[in-house]
Amino acid sequence: MKTPTVNRAADMNRTVRANRALRTPGGLSLRLDPRAVLVVVLLLVAAGAAGVLLIGTGDAKIPAADVLRTLAGNGTAYQDFIVNELRLPRVLVGLLVGASLGLGGALFQSVSRNPLGSPDVLGLSQGSTAGALIVIVLMSGTAAQVTLGALIGGLATGCAIHLLAWKQGVHGYRLVLVGIGISAIATAVNGYLLTKADMVDAARAIVWMTGSLNGRDWDQVWPLLALCAVLVPVVLVGARGLRMMEMGDDVANALGVRVQRVRLVLMVSSVLLTAAATAAAGPVAFVALTAPQLARRLTRSPGPNLVPSLCMGAALLVAADWASQRAFGADQLPVGVVTGVLGGGYLLWLLVTERRAGRI
Amino acid sequence: MLVDSPPEQRAETAPAPPSRKAVRALGLLLSVAVLVLVALASIAIGAKALSPDQVWHGLFHDTGSYGDVVVDERVSRTVLGLLAGAALGLSGAVLQALTRNPLADPGLLGINAGASAAVVTAITYLGVTSLTGYVWFAFLGAAAVGALVWFLGGSRGATPVRLALAGTAISAALYGYLQAVMITDGAALGRMRFWTVGSLASATNSTILQVLPFLAAGTLLALGLARPLNAVAMGDDTARALGAHLGRTRGLAMLAATVLCGAATAACGPIVFVGLMVPHVVRSFTGPDLRWILPYATVLSPVLLLGADVIGRVVARPSELQVGIVTALIGGPVFIFLVRRRRTAQL
Amino acid sequence: MSAIHTNTPRSTVNRLSAEKVTLAYEQRVIAEQLSVEIPDNSFTVIVGPNACGKSTLLRALSRMLKPSAGRVLLDGQVIQSMPAKKVARTLGLLPQSSIAPDGITVADLVGRGRYPHQGLLRQWSTQDERVVQESMRQTGVAELADRYVDELSGGQRQRVWIAMALAQQTPLLLLDEPTTYLDIQHQIDVLDLCAELHESQGRTLVAVLHDLNHAARYATHLIALRGGTVVAEGAPNDIVTAELVEEVFGLRCQIIDDPETGTPLVVPAARKVRAAAVS
Repeated sequence: MKTPTVNRAADMNRTVRANRALRTPGGLSLRLDPRAVLVVVLLLVAAGAAGVLLIGTGDAKIPAADVLRTLAGNGTAYQDFIVNELRLPRVLVGLLVGASLGLGGALFQSVSRNPLGSPDVLGLSQGSTAGALIVIVLMSGTAAQVTLGALIGGLATGCAIHLLAWKQGVHGYRLVLVGIGISAIATAVNGYLLTKADMVDAARAIVWMTGSLNGRDWDQVWPLLALCAVLVPVVLVGARGLRMMEMGDDVANALGVRVQRVRLVLMVSSVLLTAAATAAAGPVAFVALTAPQLARRLTRSPGPNLVPSLCMGAALLVAADWASQRAFGADQLPVGVVTGVLGGGYLLWLLVTERRAGRI
Repeated sequence: MLVDSPPEQRAETAPAPPSRKAVRALGLLLSVAVLVLVALASIAIGAKALSPDQVWHGLFHDTGSYGDVVVDERVSRTVLGLLAGAALGLSGAVLQALTRNPLADPGLLGINAGASAAVVTAITYLGVTSLTGYVWFAFLGAAAVGALVWFLGGSRGATPVRLALAGTAISAALYGYLQAVMITDGAALGRMRFWTVGSLASATNSTILQVLPFLAAGTLLALGLARPLNAVAMGDDTARALGAHLGRTRGLAMLAATVLCGAATAACGPIVFVGLMVPHVVRSFTGPDLRWILPYATVLSPVLLLGADVIGRVVARPSELQVGIVTALIGGPVFIFLVRRRRTAQL
Repeated sequence: MSAIHTNTPRSTVNRLSAEKVTLAYEQRVIAEQLSVEIPDNSFTVIVGPNACGKSTLLRALSRMLKPSAGRVLLDGQVIQSMPAKKVARTLGLLPQSSIAPDGITVADLVGRGRYPHQGLLRQWSTQDERVVQESMRQTGVAELADRYVDELSGGQRQRVWIAMALAQQTPLLLLDEPTTYLDIQHQIDVLDLCAELHESQGRTLVAVLHDLNHAARYATHLIALRGGTVVAEGAPNDIVTAELVEEVFGLRCQIIDDPETGTPLVVPAARKVRAAAVS
């Protein structure tokens, strides 16, 4: 094959979808699954559309066309202020948080080999919450300090889980169980901190614990964007090894994957992504759990489905925020309540289908 | 995990030699003695320091003095701790046998959270105020999650890890629901944040009287199931071959676990890990025979719960650390230790 | 195949060998000071009773287990010190525990065997495509290419995993109990396939097998282990004797010629004979 082509048509019955590739004359080749590409494109469009709608929603409603015009720099001064200063950063934080959670969740689920092995079940969210609550309740800190506390809490929890699960390497099942233990401890600490708080702090804490995009501005956007810019490429390079690890550690080792190293890099990336996202928006429930599962059902492809999960997370979170604003009024109900309700229902469905498939 | 093998739980069918039996009976007596000591400690020790004389006075010559009131409160608290501890430990032991899952615990499997969610719903949205009213909701919630866990546990792929993970996910969802309730209702936040950590502090004689019938019935039922559960622990086919009534045993065991755990949760809020730790410790010296595990768990679980409560009263003077928090802080590390000690094939 | 092969002499230039290795899982020592040579171009089979360390030895040879002392050499280099992908292009392993990801097709799974030959910018070349087709053809699973692995029978699935290991295109291939859980027809099927790979392509095969008769029939080189030490090694015709079987497996037996292949055939002694021998 000398010219760039996508193997199709004639090769169709001989080439399986996952093994289709884009090839160039220089001998370079990229694996490309048309269905996954389509899913990614559609999800990006959906995320963008939900973002535009979300910008238009609020006390001052702005039609989608005006939003687009303003984003392109052609709006009135008033619209420009509302769109670019007030609402765009919120939407961007939503997109980045959703993307980070989706990607982090997909990594966790693949490493733990369990569709329920997501960071919000395995204690990372609870650890971030503990960090944030310590700042809110014991120090009555500012929003920036809360963010920092949550970040430290999440990272510390991630380290603790990894160290405690380490015993001649980390294995999926031990990671899951240690995570469950840590999660229970952190939940108790959080409950204690809540009882220590006065009513004002308690109310603030409980809103933070639910996860919300209210009042997020450019200060949250830049660090998240920088982190994603660094980590997403790292993760995508590691993803090739991760694909092999799905067949068991021995097979992956035999194929020349440095299993423990790849796992360490991916776990660290996943912890960083999740902790940063949680620090920015609070532990938004179940995005990390559901996004990879939904993405996988859309692409119908085995493997970690990292990029589709990332796009699904972003689309899901922004769409949930929009739905919450539309249904309950601006800033009435934090987005975490909506994702929690949707995610809880989805969880139930997942448990039933996974049971039927004999995977629970 | 790589290897799906059933947990190594073999019930002893042959009766233990008499000498071992005697040792176990003696151990049980010893456990009762320890329990009495811990109960006395729970009455004597607290955020407010009392002299032994004052305690004695409060117990036997109640005149309504300040010290006597404190002692009265501590007695109620201790009795509730005894009852709730026994209930949680028993339901944990029964669940572990029923699901053949060494990691089963009413807290870990989400049954406590189910009871909590139902109680919070009853208090906030249905205007139920009395304990007698919402104990039924606690049963309902516990039974719903219990049924879900049982449904999942009956799957051919059900391994302890997967079941524990499913339970944790269910708990996470239900706690999310509790948070949503607390966000939308400020008054609920005020009350619920104390109840959801699990505490014995609110114990009164009427609380105890209201849950006592349920706890007594559940305990008797659970203890009576030891022998058939021994058969169930050996696997469905073997149990059937041994002539056990699988469906009936399972249904009754689930009923016992639900009633025990629901009543305990209604009275003290969700408390995790008691039902996990105690049966594990007990098994290490009784072996896998439930006829010994269940009585031991009944006696030793309150030791843990009351001990944790006493620790909670002492470490954070002048305020208190709720017992649910202390058990989680003790139980979490123990759980992780158990996980690290086991080999893949055993999970 | 008839197993009348020349007895490969022990040489120091074999590609794969273990030198005085001590093998242990955590505190449990399985073997000490164990040295083994895998003759080039042989079909080596490791046999021994349960828990004699045969799978452990295979894991050490395939660098799944790092010896706590001694070293495993591949092409004269310590295997742990070599780049992982380089090893994976020389030595393939079919482990006992492998997981087919949910919803994966046969061709996709076999394609994953190409991993050590790929890179970030060479993800799927025409060469990869060709090798995958060839591996599936050799193992007779080409017509199953688009089927899901979960739908296949045990024998078919094992062939698919072997195809994946073949796609790795390694001169050395290690198989850990490749016939476990298969019925007799599929066991013979898989062993025939191994023999075919060894004879027609000159690959060096190392397998752990439970069945001594299968081992004697297919192996060109037999290594008998007991308690972590090599009791005997060599061509089956040379080393399989009633004394050896008794020493290794603790079983009294007769050795007769296999009427089909002329290789040694182990016939356990009758119960009463064994009982008489004990008393």
